Amino acid sequence: MDFSLSEEQQLLKDSVQRFVREEYELEARRKLVASDTGYSEENWAKMAELGWLALSLPEEYGGIGGSPVDTMVLMEEFGRGLVVEPYMSSIVIGGGFLMAAGSAAQKTELLPKLAAGELKLAFAYAERQSRFDLNDVECKAEANGDSYSLSGHKGVVFHAATADKIIVSARTSGGSRDTDGITLFLVDNNASGLSRRDYPTVDGLRASELEMDGVAGTPLGAVGGGAALMDQVVGQAIAAICAEAVGCMDVLQETTNEYLKTRVQFGVPLSKFQVLQHRMVDMFMECEQARSMCYMVNLKVDEEDQVEREKAISAAKVQIGNSGRYVGQQSVQLHGGMGMTDELHVGHYFKRLTMIDTMFGNKDHHLKRYADL
Amino acid sequence: MDMQFGSEDLAFRDEVRQFIADNLPVDLKEKVQRGLHLGKEDYEFWQKKLNERGWFAPHWPVELGGVEWRPTQHYMFQNEQVEGYCPSVMPFGVRMVAPVIFTYGNDEQKQRFLPDILDSSVWWCQGYSEPGSGSDLASLQTKAVRDGDHYVVNGTKTWTTLAQHADWIFCLVRTSGEGKPQEGISFLLIDMKSPGIEITPIITIDGSHEVNSVFFTDVRVPVENLIGEENKGWTYAKFLLLFERSNSLTGGLKQQLHRLRSIAAQELTNGQALLDEPGFAARVADYEVQLRTYDALELRTLGKTEPGAEASYLKILGTDLQQLASELTLQAVGYYGNPFIRDALVLGYNEPSVGPDYAAPTAPQYFNYRKTAIYAGSNEIQRNILSKAVLGM
Repeated sequence: MDFSLSEEQQLLKDSVQRFVREEYELEARRKLVASDTGYSEENWAKMAELGWLALSLPEEYGGIGGSPVDTMVLMEEFGRGLVVEPYMSSIVIGGGFLMAAGSAAQKTELLPKLAAGELKLAFAYAERQSRFDLNDVECKAEANGDSYSLSGHKGVVFHAATADKIIVSARTSGGSRDTDGITLFLVDNNASGLSRRDYPTVDGLRASELEMDGVAGTPLGAVGGGAALMDQVVGQAIAAICAEAVGCMDVLQETTNEYLKTRVQFGVPLSKFQVLQHRMVDMFMECEQARSMCYMVNLKVDEEDQVEREKAISAAKVQIGNSGRYVGQQSVQLHGGMGMTDELHVGHYFKRLTMIDTMFGNKDHHLKRYADL
Repeated sequence: MDMQFGSEDLAFRDEVRQFIADNLPVDLKEKVQRGLHLGKEDYEFWQKKLNERGWFAPHWPVELGGVEWRPTQHYMFQNEQVEGYCPSVMPFGVRMVAPVIFTYGNDEQKQRFLPDILDSSVWWCQGYSEPGSGSDLASLQTKAVRDGDHYVVNGTKTWTTLAQHADWIFCLVRTSGEGKPQEGISFLLIDMKSPGIEITPIITIDGSHEVNSVFFTDVRVPVENLIGEENKGWTYAKFLLLFERSNSLTGGLKQQLHRLRSIAAQELTNGQALLDEPGFAARVADYEVQLRTYDALELRTLGKTEPGAEASYLKILGTDLQQLASELTLQAVGYYGNPFIRDALVLGYNEPSVGPDYAAPTAPQYFNYRKTAIYAGSNEIQRNILSKAVLGM
């Protein structure tokens, strides 16, 4: 039992903290969010140079072979900075799928480019009717000899506009919500038959709606075996996003605490009011609980026992949802009117935490999933 | 004991419904129903319609343009408006400054200001909060110094809702530094066109521009714009805050419930309507029960001659429910809470919607409604008032 960071992890943390300090002042982020791509290609190149894009990828394909805890360290600091580069889409999810199921040829071709920052990926899974069920898939893929042709709609695909390739879940057999018969495909972003509608999201990211009409796709992993693969990789994504949320919550907790100590009303700092002291303590406890579950899930995300693993993932997502909600809402409340302004960073963290609850299934979804496991 | 509305009340309700059916244009109703942005002209249009019918200022004294309604009629009127998707009435003139003017103002002030409020030709905004004075309102620092027939006003007001549309502002200003902070405050009416007033927008986390900062630099205000007595403004301010907090929220909460149910009935989970999924259905039912409780509580307080402690607990409970409904509605749309398409919040947006057309306002509304527990005296302040005034602690 040891929850301390290794020397390498501490160095990584310091290095990401420095990056966030230098590149992610609120004003700088505001500019990135408003830019054409919604993030900075220079930052992306820097992340490649610093080895962050390679961190979780295997050594034989140009990676560093890091653990989920390494990714957690990185994601927590990204959360503290509200970093908008497509790390989750490209590396955690895209890289995760390639590592888990890519053919030798796919790995050889794509992973080194991913690690070098020369390839970006996105993951298209949600559909209008699917809500949070990854296996509720109506997009169809028809086999034409060795190749496949994809048709259907995918919604809210994060960072699709700037991805080179999009990983798409589609049905090769079975009915709408069957677990069997889902296959993942690699689709070129400029493939014919693919149209995209790009838009910003409420928390400063970018996403797209995809319309596919006979789009060529190459299977990624076993045909019909997409469900288990998605469980595995989305599980890793949940573990990573829990860390991002913990970073967001800590910033809010620290900022709000500082604000209460400096804001004077009725002749004393707000921090002298017991009702606010207790509220602050509750926020602090939520942060500590969220961090504990974040460590737990990142240590269990590759656990062999499927039920044990999936319970850990859903439990962590529920706790992150609860804690993120409380810390986000109370940070705004305790900042009063100032917390409502776009000018202050508090609201931006609150919005990100709100949307993190939605990502990969909200609290209600994971409670139900936990109960069903 | 009796919890039924009488036949006269029900007949009145039908009359209000008929009036709305006859007068509310379809596109305006649609804007309200879909939670889209309303412009000044939308509010103005509806307020003028109400005034033509004599229903714009029902709580005013009859001789000034009010109506002698029973408390149940006021309740029904407000709630029918909301449930019928009418634009809300901008409260700053008719509900806020007007009662102060007709209660504490002189005859000249009543004649000068009230008719323009009644016909919506003059818009008001509220100059209470300051950067250093939020919950602790009495610490306000905006100074008004007497200079002959004028006050010279210097200072900053903030969170001023719709100041960009306002012709006049009612302000709390410091006219004395003596005694307790509450004892040196005056209530001053200021023309927004006066030289020395500057407005800067404050953009809120939902991306909208409702509130502003208003800066006063050597603004000269005629002394006849002082309400009541100098240094007695705190009394008038508290009187006004009770009105600010006493607006019935039941209708709005029911409207939020309708929207939530309608969205949850169209959203799917596991091939069935989200509204039929037991977990979500229980959360909607829980909201509905809390709403019924709120309604019963509000009905019990009807007919109190002036709003008192009830205003504080209705404000806390009502805003909690507004926030809860907006949160459930955001959750109902799942991933489609993410897209942020500002233009989709304006009627006549011609692009096809991203996802279902009801999704676009859900996240902005959830973010925007965080304000409800902060404004008009934060819910923490309301609890202080209740513990002191009701529980004697």
